[in-house]
This record gives sequence, structure tokens and C-alpha cells, in this order.
Amino acid sequence: MAITELLSRPWPWYVAGPLIGLMVPLLLKLGNKPFGISSSLRHLCAACVPGRIDFFRYNWKEEIWSLALAAGILLGGVLGGLLFRNPNPVSISPATAADLQAFGIANSGGLHPAVLFNFHALLTGKGFILIVVGGFLVGFGTRYANGCTSGHSIMGMSNLQWPSLVATCCFFAGGLLMTWVLLPRILGL
Amino acid sequence: MRNLRYLLAGTGFGFVLTKSEAISWFRIQEMFRFQSFHMYGLMASAVLVGIVSIQLIKRFKVRTLAGEPISIEPKPFTWGNVIGGTTFGLGWALTGACPGPLYALVGSGVWVMAVGLLAALAGTWVYGWLRPKLPH
Repeated sequence: MAITELLSRPWPWYVAGPLIGLMVPLLLKLGNKPFGISSSLRHLCAACVPGRIDFFRYNWKEEIWSLALAAGILLGGVLGGLLFRNPNPVSISPATAADLQAFGIANSGGLHPAVLFNFHALLTGKGFILIVVGGFLVGFGTRYANGCTSGHSIMGMSNLQWPSLVATCCFFAGGLLMTWVLLPRILGL
Repeated sequence: MRNLRYLLAGTGFGFVLTKSEAISWFRIQEMFRFQSFHMYGLMASAVLVGIVSIQLIKRFKVRTLAGEPISIEPKPFTWGNVIGGTTFGLGWALTGACPGPLYALVGSGVWVMAVGLLAALAGTWVYGWLRPKLPH
């Protein structure tokens, strides 16, 4: 029972953070691979719909490791989010809970607010912007930036690459602009 | 299958991501509102471990399992780091997810995120299409 309890409850940052950091040496040791996730989106495009676009015309089969990694993350989500699901709501700070409650978003269990992230919501302006526009910006932005939170903020910064620090600051700039300026309007739709 | 090791590594990563709640929209909102140390501690400790690991790998000239030398390609600066980075940040705060969490969320039962993932693929595709015209 104790192990199930350990696997079901959320892990503190000082346990999870170092484990995430260990992905960097692990992938290098396994086969000299740089840690990064967003490039898997490019390989999927190259594998499925390359069109006549030079950016997608390369031998994606050499990058199958990246797709295996992505598939693994999905599996990890199944294990962590379904099989060993945390039965309690995310323990966010009371201040965040209050801020979100003001928009009618209750923290009543689940990793994502069910009221915003469901298939019916896709047909509303709010849900469409959060899921479809948001997803599009994630895919477009990470490729344009040549990396995401894994590739830049963890891998690049671990290798002391200053462009990755610049990218990370811009990730935050965009996130702050959205959270403080745009999102209140979107959530009010 | 020689890619099995990456599948397993990804599974471990996805599990930790889920347990850390870094894939939660609530946690991302909390982070951008500066209302908890959780996400900052998570990232800072991950980077710290990463920095020490890479330094050790370089110092002791660690090789891969297959015995090949480890080399890390530098990430050169482009204006895409700034423009694309900011664009991604906007999407991060909307979806509450970066690419890794997009995969993990689909697995964890937030099924509608499969649509978010498809939208991210569309975004990546459109970038590839517009790439020759974009400033870098």
C-alpha cells in the first residue's frame, strides 16, 4: 500500500526537479541525444505531411528516438495521471485559487480545469482560444525559437548556452503578457 | 528495438512530469502569477542537476553506452529565440502546457489535449512553411 500511496500523491519540487534534470545525462549516456521534446513535432510533420517544404524534407527515420521519447511521455502520463491518479485537487496556493475562482474556474480535482478543457468547450470562443490557438502558438513558437522548456530551459541552460537563457526569458515574457494582460479578457468571453 | 530505451526514458520523464504537476494548467497559472515557489524550484533544481551532470561528463570524458564520445551541439542565437520564444510563452499560458506536457496530458486523461497537440503540429507545420519569410 505504501508504494501505491507514494506513486499516487504529488511529488515536491526538490524530488521531481532533480529527476527531470537527470534526463540530460541519461539521454547523452544512452546515445548522445540532446534532451528536447518540441523537435518531435517537427519529425511528426516530416513523417506525415512534409509537402514540398524543405524544412520537413530530411530523413526523419534517423530521429525515431525522439518519437519514442514522446510516446514514452504519453505513457508516463497514463501511469501518473490515470493508473496512479492523484485523487485530490492540485494543491495550488490559496491566492491562485481565489484569482481563478473569480473567473469561475474551480480547482475541484484534475490537473487541468475541466470547465475549460473539454470537447464542448472547443465550440466556445474561450475554449477554442485556450486549446486550439494556444496549441498552435506552442507548436509555432517552439519551432521558431528552436526549442522549448526542455530543449532551451533545461538542456540549453544546463550547457550554459546564453541563447537558451534569452529564449527562456522570452518564454516568460510571453507567458506574463498572456496571464496578466490578455487572459483576463479571454476568460471573460 | 534500439529505440526502446528512449521509450522507457520518456515514460519515466512523463511520470515525473505528471507527479510534479508541471503539466497542470493550475500550476502554470500559479507560476506566472508568482504565487508559489513550486515551479521555480522545479526548474532551478533541474537545471542545477543538468549543469553539474554536463560538467562531469565533459571533465571525465564520459562516453555513451555504445562507447562513442559525447558531444553537445551549441544552440546559436537567432531572432527566433526572441520572437518564437515570446510566441510560445503566449501559448504556454493559454494551454498550460509546453510540448512535453501536451503528450503527458493526453495520456493522463485530458483527452481534449489531443486537439491541442494537433494544433501544435499545425503550428509547427506553418512555421516550416513560412520559415523562408520569417526573420531569424
